[in-house]
Amino acid sequence: MSNAGPTPEASYRVTRYTTAARLNHMVTAASLVLLAVSGMALFHPSLFFLTGLFGGGAMAREIHPWIGVVLFFGFFGLFFRFWKANLPEKGDGEWLKSGGAVLGGHEENLTEIGRYNAGQKLVFWSMSALILVLIASGLAIWDEYFFQYTSIDTKRIAVLAHAIAAIVAICVWIIHLYAAIWVRGTMDAMTKGSVTGGWAWRHHRRWLRESIGGKSADGGNVTPAE
Amino acid sequence: MALTSDDLIRRSASSVPAPATKLPEVAKLIDVSKCIGCKACQSACIEWNDLKPAVGENSGSYQNPPDLSPDTWTLMKFTEWDNPATGNLEWLIRKDGCMHCSDPGCLKACPAPGAIVQYSNGIVDFVHENCIGCGYCVKGCPFNIPRISKVDEKAYKCTLCSDRVSNGQGPACAKSCPTQAIVFGTKEDMKKHADKRIADLKSRGFAQAGLYDPAGVGGTHVMYVLHHADQPEIYAGLPKNPAISAVVEVWKGATKYAGLAVVGLAAAAGFVHHLVAGANRVTREDEENAAKLKEKA
Repeated sequence: MSNAGPTPEASYRVTRYTTAARLNHMVTAASLVLLAVSGMALFHPSLFFLTGLFGGGAMAREIHPWIGVVLFFGFFGLFFRFWKANLPEKGDGEWLKSGGAVLGGHEENLTEIGRYNAGQKLVFWSMSALILVLIASGLAIWDEYFFQYTSIDTKRIAVLAHAIAAIVAICVWIIHLYAAIWVRGTMDAMTKGSVTGGWAWRHHRRWLRESIGGKSADGGNVTPAE
Repeated sequence: MALTSDDLIRRSASSVPAPATKLPEVAKLIDVSKCIGCKACQSACIEWNDLKPAVGENSGSYQNPPDLSPDTWTLMKFTEWDNPATGNLEWLIRKDGCMHCSDPGCLKACPAPGAIVQYSNGIVDFVHENCIGCGYCVKGCPFNIPRISKVDEKAYKCTLCSDRVSNGQGPACAKSCPTQAIVFGTKEDMKKHADKRIADLKSRGFAQAGLYDPAGVGGTHVMYVLHHADQPEIYAGLPKNPAISAVVEVWKGATKYAGLAVVGLAAAAGFVHHLVAGANRVTREDEENAAKLKEKA
């Protein structure tokens, strides 16, 4: 239930991400933002001015695909860290059906959530698919190095697919970011690597039980979501 | 008088006010039936535009270089065609280059403001200082004309000698043509001239002679008189019904506007949701329950 009171003091903290996972995520996140800005600048004339952030249109065009390579390998790392934890399981369907309750901040009556809820899993799998489309279509229109490998007809389809996939990816990213802002305490997972016990109880209770299950109460390390 | 920004009717990724006075539309007419394949036009183009193509290699054809390039803006394309109706071998020679479409796909695809412009006289010109080298023009063009330079990563193509035309001269290729297979003037005059040439060709047995001024791109400012106008594709793949690809139209039409709208809506939805639902905060109860759980463990 959402409440307007101040955030209570943490009872204890639970490790959610390793430092390596956080660094991996930061590199991926930074490249995604840079790609969105430079890509949107070349997508709509009203945003062309954003190329100024990269040193002009030619520089934005030059640098965008290279950042794309960084994103691809960055996401590749995230994929192999997190794919198992994002496999579908019982309860995902219920979570999705209760979208209204979740959006209203009423998770208390739902089946206890493991490391990731169905929404987070959707973000994970849709980003995985979209980034595959983006890297494949992106290589087809990276004319500086790969012009001769595809026909112009293929490039036309690639440039359209790239634009549509990028729009969807940006929307998924907005959802991802918004969820992290809305659900207070979530950002800690990325900035500190740990979350409060209360946060874990509230949003990922089964993960919390599993994490502290075999441990003593002295606050020893628990399994991060990786 | 030079062509100025007052003469623009289209400017890539930006808009221009309608010109106060429109220049008469110009056109280059290429009569393939009069062409002798001497390549004087190719040489004149290189000379006038100060292009410096590398010395080519013989690839077994008179066609040299094999394709248009950043420093070959016009190219004689040679085709040996077996005419099934007569059994004759016909040597078809077509001077390839930018068609200066009324509805230019390159300009529609271009994301860089002012990198491609269209003057009211019909000339479509690349403005290299604004070009970012993305190659979208290559995808937009229905005739496969623009080429990106490996030297400066900018797009190049025939300018219709806009610098000569704006000073009352014809293009260098037309000036150099020894048989007047290439002529230049107002589009209206060129159509009239073409009519005479077509009548002449028809009287000499080329029943399908005709003018190539394809409507799919709104007409062009480089036109051909073809002796087999019913099958333009035999002339080294001249497209029969060229038009901007539907994929490009969707990309630069619906996708461009819907894309921005969808991203804007997603951001707005988050904003509104936060206003309505408020922050999802951890409660004291949650922390207490978590503490109890840990004690049990």
